[in-house]
Amino acid sequence: MFCSFELVRNAAEIVFLVSRFFFSFPGRLFPYAEMYKWLSYGHDGKHPGCDASIMGRREFSFTLEHDIYIRYLSFHDVSEMEATIKSKCPHKIDIGALYNVEPAKRTAYAGGSDRVFAPVERELVFDIDMTDYDDIRTCCSGADICLKCWPLMNIAIKILDTVLREDFGFEHLLWVYSGRRGVHCWVCDARARRLSNEARSAITRYLTLYKGNENTTKKVSLTGPALHPALSRAYEICRTYFEEHILPNQELLNSEGHFEKVLELVPDESVRAQMRDRWQDNRRASVAKDGISASRWKQLKQALESKKVTPSVRRSLEEIIFSYTYPRIDIEVSKHMNHLLKAPFCIHPKTGRVCVPIDPQDCDNFDPTNVPTLAQLLNELNAEGVKGGSECRDLDKTSLGAPVRLFQTKFLEPLQRANKAEITALHQEKLQEVSAKTSLSW
Amino acid sequence: MEFRSKSSSVVAVKAYGGGAGKSKVSMYLVAPEADVAIEDFEQYALDRLHVLIAIEENRSRGKRAEDVEAAVMDLWRKHMRTVQSDDLLQKDVISHFVLRLVHCRTEELRRWFLEMETALFRIRFRMESPELQKAFIEEHKLPYKIISAAEFDGMKEKLAQVMRASGQGAGLVGETAFYKVPFEEVLDLVATRKVYIHQGHAYVPREQLVTIVANHFRSMLSQALVLTNRNWTAMFAAQEEDRLTPILEALSKRYLAPDYSKSASGSAVTLQELDGLAMRSFPLCMRHLYLKLQEDRHLRHGGRQQLGLFLKGIGLKLDDALAFWRGAFAPRMPAEKFDKEYAYNVRHNYGKEGKRTDYTPYSCMYIIMSSPGVGDHHGCPYRHFSPENLHAALSGMRLSPKSIDEVMEKTRGRHYQLACAATFEGAHSCQCDGINHPNQYFEQSRKFLKEQAEKATEMETDS
Repeated sequence: MFCSFELVRNAAEIVFLVSRFFFSFPGRLFPYAEMYKWLSYGHDGKHPGCDASIMGRREFSFTLEHDIYIRYLSFHDVSEMEATIKSKCPHKIDIGALYNVEPAKRTAYAGGSDRVFAPVERELVFDIDMTDYDDIRTCCSGADICLKCWPLMNIAIKILDTVLREDFGFEHLLWVYSGRRGVHCWVCDARARRLSNEARSAITRYLTLYKGNENTTKKVSLTGPALHPALSRAYEICRTYFEEHILPNQELLNSEGHFEKVLELVPDESVRAQMRDRWQDNRRASVAKDGISASRWKQLKQALESKKVTPSVRRSLEEIIFSYTYPRIDIEVSKHMNHLLKAPFCIHPKTGRVCVPIDPQDCDNFDPTNVPTLAQLLNELNAEGVKGGSECRDLDKTSLGAPVRLFQTKFLEPLQRANKAEITALHQEKLQEVSAKTSLSW
Repeated sequence: MEFRSKSSSVVAVKAYGGGAGKSKVSMYLVAPEADVAIEDFEQYALDRLHVLIAIEENRSRGKRAEDVEAAVMDLWRKHMRTVQSDDLLQKDVISHFVLRLVHCRTEELRRWFLEMETALFRIRFRMESPELQKAFIEEHKLPYKIISAAEFDGMKEKLAQVMRASGQGAGLVGETAFYKVPFEEVLDLVATRKVYIHQGHAYVPREQLVTIVANHFRSMLSQALVLTNRNWTAMFAAQEEDRLTPILEALSKRYLAPDYSKSASGSAVTLQELDGLAMRSFPLCMRHLYLKLQEDRHLRHGGRQQLGLFLKGIGLKLDDALAFWRGAFAPRMPAEKFDKEYAYNVRHNYGKEGKRTDYTPYSCMYIIMSSPGVGDHHGCPYRHFSPENLHAALSGMRLSPKSIDEVMEKTRGRHYQLACAATFEGAHSCQCDGINHPNQYFEQSRKFLKEQAEKATEMETDS
C-alpha cells in the first residue's frame, strides 16, 4: 500500500507524513487512549467524585503545515480529539495548562469580571537542551548529539529525578526524549500540578547552579565552607560521570585549546603554571595508559587536593566538575503555568524520531540515536499489512509498542492508582462536611 | 463586620467567624461584640496609628532590627495601655479593625496598612514564649509541626550542613527547635538553598518560623482587606456618611501628602532669604522653632530634625544648611565642636552619611503625633501649646483678632490641621482647604505671594 520510506530525510517530507499518517492514521499509531487516561487524572470514570469537565478545560495547541500555530484548543473526549486532529492535520501537538473554564470559551471571561480566564493546574515541567552545554561540548555542537555527549543528559536525569523524589516528595515523574537533543520531565503529582508560578520558580532556582554567559569566565561559584546536602549528593553523581564519560569523551585535557579552558577555572596562578609546564610536554603523555585526559586529571586533582592550597582553590575542584556536568535547566519553561510543551509520542520534524519515554532508573542504556523513527514505523506497518479486526492495536505491532508499554507500566498505572485514591478521599471529605452541616441545622 | 448605631455616640461592633486567641497576639480573624463609645473608636485608632507610623519611621531610618523592635514594643506598651488590664486585648482588636476600615478603600492605603501591621505582628509574635507560639499555631490549625527528638537526631547532620553551607554556623543546631513546614511556605529559602528539605517538608529553626507565620498573617489580612472594602461600600458607606466616614477619612490622610524631600519649585533657597521666608511663609511650628533657635542659639534633637528636614524640603542646599546651623549655634559653641558633634547629623539628613537615605520632611500627622518633652520646641503648636501660648504666638504672626478666634476654635475641636489652615488664611487673606504637610504650607504661601507680586507689577505697568 505504501512505498518504502527508507529515504525519508527531508523535514518537509516528515512533516507531511506525520500530519497525514502519524496522527490520523486509521491504525492509530499515536497512543490516544493512554494520553487521555493520563491527562484526565482519573476523572474519566464513573465515580461520583469525578469531575467530567476536566478534559474539556485542558489547553492543547497544534502546529500545522507552513508553521501555522493554533492555541486554546480543547476536547471533551478522545473521539473529539481524534476527529479534530484528523480534520486539522497537525504535525506537532503541545499540551498546555488546565484552565478554570474551557479555553475555547475564554473570551466570555475577559474584561474585569470576577471570573478571569486563568490556569488552575499544570504539571511541573522541565526542559533540558543539549545546546545549553555547547560551551563544554567538543564532540558536537548545535543541533547534533552523539553518544559522547549524551551522558550529560543522563546526569541531568539522575540528579533531577533524585531531587524531585527525595527532596520534594514527588512520585509521578514522566521523562521523555525530546526527539532531537534533549529531554523533558513532567511531574504529575496533584501537589505539583497545583504549584504557583512562584513555587515553580523557587524549585527551579533550587536546582540551578550554573549561571553566567559567554562574558563570564566562572559560571559555577561555590561559596561557604560546606555544600548544601542536595549539592553534595549531586556531586557524587557528577564526579562519577565526569571521570568515566565526560572527561575522556570530550578530551577535556588533551590539547592546549581544551585544557586552557579548564585551567581558567583554577584561581591559583602557581597551580595553573605548574600544570601548563607538565602538559605542554607532549612526549610523556603518550605513555599514559588511561588516556591523556585521565592521567592529566589525576595530576590536577592532586594539586587541588593538596594541603598546601587555600580552601577556595580546593573548592575549585568541585567547581570544575560541576561546570562540566551539573544540569542546566531552562528556567522560562518551568516558571509559568501556561507554558506549552510538546506532547510525548510526537515525532520530531527534523529527525523523524518519536519522543519516547525514558526510564530514569535505566537511562544509561537509553540510546537517542536508536529511537523508533517515523519511516521505521511506517515500514513496519507496511510489512505487517493492515489486518482488520485484530486483537492487538497496530502500534503494538511496531517498535512503538515497547515505549508505550513502558509509559503504561512505569508511569500511568501508578498514577491511576494514586488518582483513584485521591478522588475517593476527597469525595469522602465532602460527604462528611455536608453531613456535619445538616446536623447543625437541628 | 457590622455597625449598629445604638445612638450617635456609641458604635456597636460585631463580626462573624472564629475566636480570638489565648495568646496575647491576635490574627484578628474576628472582632469582638462590643459597644464602643465614639471617642474611643477614634482614640483607640489614633493610638494604634501612632505605633504603626513609628514602625514606618523607624524602618526608614535604617535602624537595626533589634532597635526597631525595642522602640516599637515601648510605644506599644505606652499607647495601647488601658484603664483595666483585661481591656488590653479589646483595645488591640478594636483599634485594628477600625484601622482596617480606614485603610481598605484604596490600593495604596491597603498596601501601607498591610506592611505595617505585618511588621507589628511579626515583632509581637517574636516576643512570645515558645509555648505560646506553639499554642497559637495549633489554635489556628497552621500546618507547622515541631519535630520530635528522634526525628531531629536522624537529620542533625544534614541540618548542620545546611547551616554551614548558608554561612549560619553549625552551633545553632543543637539549641534551636526545628519545625517541619510544607516547602511552599518557605519558597525564598528553597530558592536560595538555605533550608533542608525532605519529602516535601522544609525543616526550619524557630527564628524562621516567625517569618512563616507573619507571611501567613499577611496573606490573611490581604484577603480580609479586600472583603472589608466590599462590605463597607455595599452595606455601610451610605448610612455612616455623617458619623463614621469623616473620622475614617481624617485618619487616612496621614500620609497622602506628596513627597517633600525635594523642593517642588526646584529653585534653591539661599541663606540670606531664610529670615524673610521664615517671617512670611513658614507655618507656625517651623516659625516657632526658627525663632527659638535665634533666641536660645540651640535646639534639641527633635527640633533640629523637624526644622532641618523642613529646610531641606524648601530647597536649602547642604552647604547652606551646615552654614546656617553652624552660624545659629556659633555664639554658644565653637565651630570645631559643631563640626565634631552636629555636622554629621545634618549631613545624615541629606543622605550623605551612613545608609544614605534621603530622608523626607515630617508630615503634619507625624508632627502632631510626636511628644515633645521639657526643653523641646518641636511638635504641632495647635496640639502641644497651651491655649495662652498659642494665642500669644498667633498674635506674634500679626493675625487679626477674628482670625485668631477662628484658629482657637478649631484647636479646641482638636482639628489641628484645620487650625493651621485658618492661620494660613489669616496670614495670607486667601482660601486654604487644609494643611497636611508643613512644606505644603510653605509652597502654597510662596505661590500666593508670587502671584500677588506679579499682579502688582502688572498693575503698575498698566497704569
